[in-house]
Amino acid sequence: MAKKKLNPKQEKYQQKVKKYESKPALFKNAFQAFVSGGLVCLIGQGFIDFYAAVMNLPKKEASNPAVATMILIGALLTAFGVFDKLAAYAGAGLSVPVTGFANSVVSAGLEFKEEGLVQGVGAKIFSLAGPVITFGVVTAFFVGLIHALIR
Amino acid sequence: MNWMLYVNAFWVGGLICMLSQLLFDTTTLNMGQILTGLTVLGGILGGFGLYDPLIEFAGGGAAMPIISFGNSLAKGAITEAERTGIIGILTGMFELTSTGITSAIVFGFLAAVIFKPKG
Repeated sequence: MAKKKLNPKQEKYQQKVKKYESKPALFKNAFQAFVSGGLVCLIGQGFIDFYAAVMNLPKKEASNPAVATMILIGALLTAFGVFDKLAAYAGAGLSVPVTGFANSVVSAGLEFKEEGLVQGVGAKIFSLAGPVITFGVVTAFFVGLIHALIR
Repeated sequence: MNWMLYVNAFWVGGLICMLSQLLFDTTTLNMGQILTGLTVLGGILGGFGLYDPLIEFAGGGAAMPIISFGNSLAKGAITEAERTGIIGILTGMFELTSTGITSAIVFGFLAAVIFKPKG
């Protein structure tokens, strides 16, 4: 949001209001993010144990199908228009786990659908998730390089 | 069943999300920038081998948040580099994150094709 120049009186008023208004919202948002984020991770852990038992996998490998399941859930919630409603409550609790990664991919895909399957969906699907992959890969590249060199 | 793991998954995962929410509410960063930062953080923690112990401790609480994505990228690159030399950084990069990226692309593409944009 662009910051408007306020006169001193307005600024004082803003500060006064902020004191009363934003603190409870801050705590409320943080609390809701904690509970819903915890719940999402709890469900994720449930899937890890489920796949470990059903597919007879070691725990570490069972997190792969669990992540895929959470991505599928995030994608479906987004496709049905439920994700945004839940995210209005959960905030970071829903966008920081992999469900948020799925949401960013699907919502970008849907948003640019009208531009066509190739130029729209194909090109724009990573417009939100792309930075995460780019920065993650560049970081991992240098981390791997340093690791290989000092070994 | 290890119930303690579920308790840890809840509070560790919750804490990561809560701190991200606080960052979002108290700074001018948007969620995309925060997620990018978390991924970079995960890559660095992975480089020092510090994130795996947290996954050991909290299970899904550490494996579900996006930090885990950065950690997996770094770990894939490091592990493969140890096995095959420096080229392993390139060949191993997506070894562990393939699941996440592939399923996001496939499910994302299908969802975008099948469903209509809402609101």
